[in-house]
Amino acid sequence: MRQFFDDMHGTDGEVRAAYAEIATWLAQTPPHALNAKREEAERLFRRIGITFAVYTEGGDTERLIPFDIIPRVLDADEWAFLERGLKQRVTALNLFLADVYGAREIVRAGKLTNEHIDTHPAYCAQMQGVTPPGGVYTHISGIDLVRTGANEFYVLEDNCRTPSGVSYMLENRSVMMRLFPELFARISVEPVARYPQDLLKTLRSVAPSSGEDPCVVVLTPGQFNSAYYEHSFLADEMGVELVEGIDLVVRDKKVFMRTTGGLKRVHVIYRRIDDDFLDPMVFRSDSTLGAFGLMEAYRAGNVALANAPGAGIADDKAIYMHVPEMIRFYLGEEPILNNVPTWDCANEGALAYVLDHLEELVVKETRGSGGYGMLVGPHATKTMRDDFAKKLRLNPTGYVAQPTLALSTCPTFVADGTAPRHVDLRPFVLSGADGIRIVPGGLTRVALTDGSLVVNSSQGGGTKDTWVLHTRQNGGK
Amino acid sequence: MLARAAESLFWLARYMERMDNLARLIEAAQSMAGVLSETEEWRSALAAAGVDELYDTVYDAVTPDSAARFLCTGPDNSSAIIACLDLARINARAMRGALTRDMWEAVNQGWLESRHLTERAFSAETLPDTLDWVRTISTRFSGAYETTMLRNENYWFIRLGTFLERADNTARILDVKYHLLLPQESSGVGGMLDYYQWTSVLRAVSAVRAYQWVYREEVKPWNVAELLMLRPEMPRSLRACYDAITECLEKIAAIHGGRRGECHRIAGAQASQLRYGRIGDIFQSGLHEHLTEQIERAAELGDQIAAHYMR
Repeated sequence: MRQFFDDMHGTDGEVRAAYAEIATWLAQTPPHALNAKREEAERLFRRIGITFAVYTEGGDTERLIPFDIIPRVLDADEWAFLERGLKQRVTALNLFLADVYGAREIVRAGKLTNEHIDTHPAYCAQMQGVTPPGGVYTHISGIDLVRTGANEFYVLEDNCRTPSGVSYMLENRSVMMRLFPELFARISVEPVARYPQDLLKTLRSVAPSSGEDPCVVVLTPGQFNSAYYEHSFLADEMGVELVEGIDLVVRDKKVFMRTTGGLKRVHVIYRRIDDDFLDPMVFRSDSTLGAFGLMEAYRAGNVALANAPGAGIADDKAIYMHVPEMIRFYLGEEPILNNVPTWDCANEGALAYVLDHLEELVVKETRGSGGYGMLVGPHATKTMRDDFAKKLRLNPTGYVAQPTLALSTCPTFVADGTAPRHVDLRPFVLSGADGIRIVPGGLTRVALTDGSLVVNSSQGGGTKDTWVLHTRQNGGK
Repeated sequence: MLARAAESLFWLARYMERMDNLARLIEAAQSMAGVLSETEEWRSALAAAGVDELYDTVYDAVTPDSAARFLCTGPDNSSAIIACLDLARINARAMRGALTRDMWEAVNQGWLESRHLTERAFSAETLPDTLDWVRTISTRFSGAYETTMLRNENYWFIRLGTFLERADNTARILDVKYHLLLPQESSGVGGMLDYYQWTSVLRAVSAVRAYQWVYREEVKPWNVAELLMLRPEMPRSLRACYDAITECLEKIAAIHGGRRGECHRIAGAQASQLRYGRIGDIFQSGLHEHLTEQIERAAELGDQIAAHYMR
């Protein structure tokens, strides 16, 4: 039996200091009272969730993502450490992107080849030689972290293509504050509600200078997109227009939106559509989601796009293994956050090792996402491993392998009481021309099935509120 | 505001109003069909809804059951009550952020309930209940926007849609029934049949009581026409509608620094014609011609509003 670090009980069963209040609360609250709160949470979410669910019609109703009422807690020191590591990592990712689309120092230094970059599916040739406003490429980054010990955190994955989920982080907190005001009175939790304002500041910081007050918009594929609720929620919270491609028009290499008062200049577009759909003139010509001529306006420096086209090259699973090296190369620092050791199956020696150790590795498609197309070795049957080995030999370059990490667990309210379930954490890192902002915490995802390590909502995962404690010791602040 | 947002809100309001008008129209036809010619009543209801020709391509004859069903759920009838509700919700959902919670819930709950309607809901016995339900949705919607919306551009476009649709509807009902209001040689004035016929016009716009309060005398055709065209206190009269339309357009123009266009001119001309017009003159110069022009102007006004604000 493998030993997992538990966020509340560590490895020795003693309640850790950060969870002291939570432990008391759990001990004092009878299960039926917790259950009543859980039901109330579900009702609250269903009310918000009505707006989630109705966006899909007919049989394909969107499920509510299950919410667990027991928060996940990080103390101030842990967060300070993660925050430093996240800032360092995202700074390096932005420098890497600037280098990829600029001087290619990293190629000259022999760390990556031009071919490696130019043939990468997320590489965007139209971006070569373009310096985006503020020099920022990945304005909104979701860095997926897992914990394996008291002081051990690993970055599982970087997400630089407009990651989603931040609306859950915000809704989870507002539901928790409604359900447990007394806990927030006892425990000093860092607030997260400023995220929309931070996002707006970040977006405004990269606006091209035009003498006007910068106009920021959120670009959505429309009401049938599964994340439409989040798009409309963020636009609403920031107080900016939620636009679709048909609302935008490019004239004279400047972007405008059609308003009742005529055309109005747009300076920053927080786009929630993929690169391929941004501009039918240069990308997919059949796309109506973007705006014709948008890239020309972008390259002329008249509009900022967040995230920059082509930013996805930084979050690829095959690039991932080079991030520690990037941090050393661009910043001259040792990485603060660990990378998970990764074998690139494109490499023959690595492939042989992976095939030999399938029962202890997780093998992922480099282009896959959402937990699909992966093999979790220790949980797979022999037949599943053999089938996967065949696929792997056929197309080794499409896969990377990592050891299965002992993801930490967190007490979770389940059918038969409180039980440990595996969790991860996605903090949202905002990079603007004026620096990096991170709201303390992020989205904690929890694998609700006993023993499962897969936290994706598409595969039975739920979410928790994430509490970062405010320091109060020794008469400090 | 976004041009698309203005368009969505405008059409959301039009579909909600259209649905409400259809419910009144069907109610009137159902209640009068016993007294007057059944076929005539339903045919004129179909004509007022603008779907009589479409109806003839689907059915061989006008029967109360098939006419009512066609107006409520009709296959291929994009102006049926249920189709209006669907279209209203599509527009509402596209601009969810511009609606207040109460408005959204009025539309969405109505739409969710409509998913559970059975065939029986449109049978002659249960039809009145179903039509009541339809009117509850639209009343809840207009109540929600009047009581919860900020008086900003969103609000004025919603209101604009409501009143333009209502003006168009009142003109259509009058135009379908105008011949009943003209002096007729065959039947003696004051006969029972005339009374029912004129009352049927009032019923179609739920104005029987209003007539009594305004005129305090027996139903006379020129009064009916005046009430529905020129009286400012009658909320479905053309006059009242155009007063509201010009107010909305003026408020919107003020938001845009006084910029006006063809839509403002058309609306202003219509409003003053209705304000200073006399019903005697209208009968003299031709009621039908006048009503036809009203319908054409309403359509043109809709086009010009779209041209000015929605592209």
